[in-house]
Amino acid sequence: MTEPIISVRDLRREFVVRSPAGRLRRTRTVVAAVDGLSFDLEAGSAVGYIGANGAGKSTTIKMLTGILVPTAGTVRTCGLEPIRRRRELARQIGVVFGQRSQLWWDLPLRESFRTLAAIHRLPTASWPARRDELVERLDLGSFMDTPVRQLSLGQRIRGEIAAALLHSPPLLILDEPTIGLDVLSKERLRVFLAEQRALHGTTLLLTTHDMDDVQRLTERIIVVDHGRCVYDGTLTGLVARVGAERVMAVDLAEPVTSLGEISGTRTVAVESDGLRHRLAFAPERTTAGAILEALGRRAQVRDLAIEEPDIEDVVRRLYLSQTRTPRSPSP
Amino acid sequence: MRAYRVLLGSRMRSQTAYRRSFAFDILGSVGIGVVEFAEVYIIFTNVDVLGELDFAAAALLFALANVGFSVADMVVGHVDRLPAYLREGTLDAFLLRPLPVLAQLITSDISLRRLGRTGVATAVFAVALPLNDIVWTPATVTLVVVAPVTAAAIFAALFVCAAAIQFWLVEGGEFANAFTYGGAYASEYPASIYSLPMRLLFSFVVPAAFAAYLPLLVLLDLPGPAGLPQWLGWCTPLAAAVIWAVALAGWRAGLRHYTGAGS
Repeated sequence: MTEPIISVRDLRREFVVRSPAGRLRRTRTVVAAVDGLSFDLEAGSAVGYIGANGAGKSTTIKMLTGILVPTAGTVRTCGLEPIRRRRELARQIGVVFGQRSQLWWDLPLRESFRTLAAIHRLPTASWPARRDELVERLDLGSFMDTPVRQLSLGQRIRGEIAAALLHSPPLLILDEPTIGLDVLSKERLRVFLAEQRALHGTTLLLTTHDMDDVQRLTERIIVVDHGRCVYDGTLTGLVARVGAERVMAVDLAEPVTSLGEISGTRTVAVESDGLRHRLAFAPERTTAGAILEALGRRAQVRDLAIEEPDIEDVVRRLYLSQTRTPRSPSP
Repeated sequence: MRAYRVLLGSRMRSQTAYRRSFAFDILGSVGIGVVEFAEVYIIFTNVDVLGELDFAAAALLFALANVGFSVADMVVGHVDRLPAYLREGTLDAFLLRPLPVLAQLITSDISLRRLGRTGVATAVFAVALPLNDIVWTPATVTLVVVAPVTAAAIFAALFVCAAAIQFWLVEGGEFANAFTYGGAYASEYPASIYSLPMRLLFSFVVPAAFAAYLPLLVLLDLPGPAGLPQWLGWCTPLAAAVIWAVALAGWRAGLRHYTGAGS
């Protein structure tokens, strides 16, 4: 078996939080942002790293990429110890923080790419071809000469991702890459990332709050809560485990105050004076087809939409299902 | 090297992109240089000699110190804005690139407008040098050439020290300025006018006296005040090397503190 591209063992990271207590004294509390985390990532895999705000996602990423030193435990990224071999590691990973820019604010993308090529010492003969591939695939052509500060969020994120991939790293780490993007931009980004994986075998690790990102891009998810791994497996497995519900929203031809009892469902809301009903159902107890059939006997369905379980909801249910001893409050 | 050249090149282009605003920036910087020199001039309209130096010697001192400081300020002056880099996550971005962080920080900006002050100082230098009674030997010629360079190196190292301190004191900008701008100000006047403790502070803790005053003692063959014998003037490159060693050690410790403590 080949060595995993990321290997984390009993990883722990503490922060010291000082808060005023009285006029002069300050209390010193040690908070563990990451607390005994272990996982491996195989090269070529795509993993979603999920957790509520403050669960320790960003802290983990900073330890994986050489920005933070672990308090205890070990990290190997691309077979390297991140902090000690930071510069070597930087050549092998691409990192994008959705909320923090790594581009030069006042430079157009064309110049930024030229600068990055020089920083990574990419061979002059080959890097423009890589740039052109990224420009074409991410559709950057129309704003390559516009200073980054004048780009829209969607354009900037695409630029950030191109910048992170210019040196063709085998590992791409994305911290909330789709945050704040509109539906179309998100979709375009997902198509691109899936394509890069298929084409170059790029390993993908992404943190996100977006269920669609997880569904479309990853085959495995790791859920963290208070710095601990609470789930590691497939999304389907997670949804089944917590019994998350999908919601069917049906628009009726005539207003109906109540649809009555439909086996395996629960009415979440009745909207537009009875024209729209929202029914929650657990996929393992009934099917959309069975519900539709039952509905057809009671009312005329004009339109319907099925909403997937919200990742926040799944995670919340998972958190609630954890029976653990009380913990210290999160930072 | 190519990476740094490209980085600096892009910085320079972005600053000179708006011609008129750049011209005003330069003009403002010339203004600062002129006002600073006016201060020296006004003092000498009231006294003939200050700390053993006459006006010509004081002008040369001013020029040496100012060429050094303005060049250092132009090339590395922005590093003492480290807290802003920390806040904006720029330092994290540096850590994700395969180059030393300090080198990236230094090449992340270059304040070309400060050339205005360098210009004023160079002009004063050109006028004051022939007015002074200097015995020209190969040694003194070397010293005149080396002194502005080492002065710039000393002030640059002070800026790096100021940056390093701010890894710990996030709001320590004012404290750090006391050493950089304070050191620059102290170096413009003869160290002999300060009380002994101050003189020693600005020589052996903050090596501002090494930037201009001590080389000047050698050039003019003056004995030097208590605690600062003339031969120290020859030790300027050594002082620059020592303060750089301190700066780099401080920077490395600061960065370790940052990666250990987090943002």
